[in-house]
Amino acid sequence: MRCSAGWLGKRNGKEIEMKQFLSFIRKEFYHIFRDRRTMLILLGMPIVQILLFGFAITTEVKEVQVAVFDPSRDVATQQIVESFRESPYFRLVEELDDVESIHTIFKYGKINLVIVFGENFAENLLHTGEASVQLITDGTEPNQASTITAYASNILADYAASLAEQGSLPYQIVPEIQMLYNPQSESAYNFVPGVMGLILMLICAMMTSIAIVREKETGTMEVLLASPMKPIYIILAKAVPYFVLSILNLVTILLLAVFVLHVPVAGSLVSLLFVSLVFIFLALSLGLLISTLIDTQMAAILASGMGLMMPTMLLSGLIFPIASMPIALQWISLIVPARWYIEAVRKIMIQGVGMEFALKELGVLLLMTAVLLVVSLKKFKIRL
Amino acid sequence: MYSVTASHISKSYGQVRALDDISFTVDKGEIFGLIGPDGAGKTTLFRILTTLLLPDAGSATVTGLDVVKDFWRIRNGIGYMPGRFSLYPDLTVEENLTFFATVFHTTIEENYSLIADIYKQIEPFKHRKAGKLSGGMKQKLALSCALIHKPTVLFLDEPTTGVDPVSRKEFWEMLVHLKSQGLSILVSTPYMDEASLCDRIALIQGGRFLRIDTPERIIESYPKPLFSVCASRMRSLLGDLRACRQVDSAFSFGASCHVTFRGEPDSAELADELRAKGYVDLWVEEIRPTVEDCFMLLSKESDDGN
Amino acid sequence: MEIERAIRVEELTKRFGDFTAVDHISFSVGRGEIFGFLGANGAGKTTAMRMLCGLSIPTSGVGYVAGFNVATQSEEVKKKIGYMSQKFSLYEDLKVWENLRLFGGIYGMSGRAIAEGTDRILNELGFAAERNTLVKSLPLGWKQKLAFSVSIFHEPKVVFLDEPTGGVDPVTRRQFWELIYQAAERGITIFVTTHYMDEAEYCDRVSIMVDGKIKALDTPRNLRSTFGVASMDEVFRRLAREAERKGD
Repeated sequence: MRCSAGWLGKRNGKEIEMKQFLSFIRKEFYHIFRDRRTMLILLGMPIVQILLFGFAITTEVKEVQVAVFDPSRDVATQQIVESFRESPYFRLVEELDDVESIHTIFKYGKINLVIVFGENFAENLLHTGEASVQLITDGTEPNQASTITAYASNILADYAASLAEQGSLPYQIVPEIQMLYNPQSESAYNFVPGVMGLILMLICAMMTSIAIVREKETGTMEVLLASPMKPIYIILAKAVPYFVLSILNLVTILLLAVFVLHVPVAGSLVSLLFVSLVFIFLALSLGLLISTLIDTQMAAILASGMGLMMPTMLLSGLIFPIASMPIALQWISLIVPARWYIEAVRKIMIQGVGMEFALKELGVLLLMTAVLLVVSLKKFKIRL
Repeated sequence: MYSVTASHISKSYGQVRALDDISFTVDKGEIFGLIGPDGAGKTTLFRILTTLLLPDAGSATVTGLDVVKDFWRIRNGIGYMPGRFSLYPDLTVEENLTFFATVFHTTIEENYSLIADIYKQIEPFKHRKAGKLSGGMKQKLALSCALIHKPTVLFLDEPTTGVDPVSRKEFWEMLVHLKSQGLSILVSTPYMDEASLCDRIALIQGGRFLRIDTPERIIESYPKPLFSVCASRMRSLLGDLRACRQVDSAFSFGASCHVTFRGEPDSAELADELRAKGYVDLWVEEIRPTVEDCFMLLSKESDDGN
Repeated sequence: MEIERAIRVEELTKRFGDFTAVDHISFSVGRGEIFGFLGANGAGKTTAMRMLCGLSIPTSGVGYVAGFNVATQSEEVKKKIGYMSQKFSLYEDLKVWENLRLFGGIYGMSGRAIAEGTDRILNELGFAAERNTLVKSLPLGWKQKLAFSVSIFHEPKVVFLDEPTGGVDPVTRRQFWELIYQAAERGITIFVTTHYMDEAEYCDRVSIMVDGKIKALDTPRNLRSTFGVASMDEVFRRLAREAERKGD
């Protein structure tokens, strides 16, 4: 700029800066493209993860271990229990004497489903045309649980239908479905938002921090800082390629989810993309913050691996439902950004509600982004 | 106007005092050498002058600009080659140079004349990745990158470390050529023999300057006559020399030992004493000290002073 | 026949594809000799040294170190040699005595030998007070001296030193060479590379490699007189200027 600022004028100066910036971005892409292995991992990982999670879901149910609590012990309940006994999918293993034993029986992990009949079941059914039954499953495995309850509801509906053929009243058996340890009974396709959160965090935060720290390690950061390049441009130029990559990954995940796994985007695509953009910015500023605090690539990998990946996997609700965590962990999960992102995506993508129902999540994400960006820019040194 | 001035610069890292009250100036068009071992504080001084570190105390200017206040303007006009290999190993020779040219708002074509002599030697390999170059060629590429924007002051931190003697010689020839084009060069090296190629040198150890002067004047200020002693059995010679009563100091210099005497030097007497110990082919003569002799003497005085 | 020759190399060659890094080199080094192995960057020194340490298998030719074939008996070779370089020497985050214990243990020394050796080395170096100091807080020159002592801790037959004194101050550099002399007096063979040409003069014999071949091998004194020059520096420059290949 020594030469330009004087006589080329301001506009030209900006153009030169732009050229400098673009050339930096081109260099970043060289780094990414020439490291074939890493690139393959970055582009392949979302595909592998989505497919792994997708096919790990057991849609087939066999030998479901069933326990029954039946205070009525009348004709109707006997016949229903008999239908379960005849079904190839269920195996009746225990009859319970009291309600309290439901919890203990799940803890041993042998029982997958508990059927709880209401009192005076047959009487209610015949007189009012309605009777209640509870289907209780282990919500820590939400995918399996929802399949089981679907099968069980079918058997109940079949029984109601057979009664209706005999009489004139339209009988209804309303199963009240309860997933223990996962009361919100989250959808079977929860993993799609989860994988999105994980991948975006990985690409943006981890890769950006590694890329910046690498310049420190090779000594090139020293040369760049002693050059007329504005330090903030160095950082922005580092972030751009990973921004592009993460958008690419986001699109890949959504396409796979919709066309291979048949998980539709129930809500507005625009809202979904907007929330994702906010999350990407958040992750980028997190990566920047890590890079300002750390000097070696090894430490950057460890810090982002342990500090970001583990909480994202374990505390965001991706693998374990938040509601079934100990209270202390639930509190910690409040500061895990992916938790809020995943929840927002669940609402918009899976439940199909509008943005107005995800305002809290969006607000938290925006706040976190602002704080991280301010802190990391403040921490970023224009010297060594 | 001086190209570089430093007055009373100090810098500590925790308990370690890396620089202790350093003052010096570099004239325009001068090669100024910082000569001293690793850990003497050379790199810290470079980082302060290239605006990458803030001094704890003292002030410094580069091309008349303050390194703390005017760091932004200084960054536009200096060339810096840090001690570590500071190129992108996964980019080719040409890509590295193009990149640094853009960073400094210029192009290879615009300033080709300045780097031509150096770059021509590596141009045949311009499509090779920088990580696959030999030490000498990496060094030439790094120098080309530091020169691409026609800096007025060049900072070279140990550019010849780990490079073989032939490449080192070539490198110094390039520096002398650059100097003739009006560049001021501040260069550091742990190789004492390179000191004589600088206009002025500062001997640095433990964060302090032992002496600043021209290499000639530093050598002339060596306080005692210095003798070189060669003999048939060089391995045991040093020990036997040190055992001689009249010998004050004895250091091995490969083919010979450099010796100073207590009191009035008497080389004939020393030769006799050595012959009595069974040495043949003895050769004792007075010689002109090297910068390395001066460095060892000054660092000993400095240690004794502490 | 292998007793007196600590290193014997005949027509040793290493090719990487079309590229001949080491090209039919032959030489031998006697017991207790200090052998300087010089060459420009990329002349093939490192590759040759790797083969001698049993880390790389020769394409052709044979090499014996301490009486063992470097291609077929590399495990025996490794037990009989020590190695030190400027880059890798000691574990910085271990204390001085912990480094000694570690390397003694690696070479299968008994606990007692390690304890005695540790006391002896620390006294010889004048480091007794630094026994519990972390290596990273020692000055560079001390580290290098300690690293050398560690590399000959297990009394190897041959010790390989790869640019051991780079960046070390002139006084410590000389002390380092005094340690090398002492080791050689004890019968340990020293195989050393360096970029300091005055250090080449400390060696009993010096070989200079150019483009993978040994272009000169003799005592420093004879080399100087053969080439009719005053210093090893000039001998080296004369030979290395002829080099054809420069980049690798």
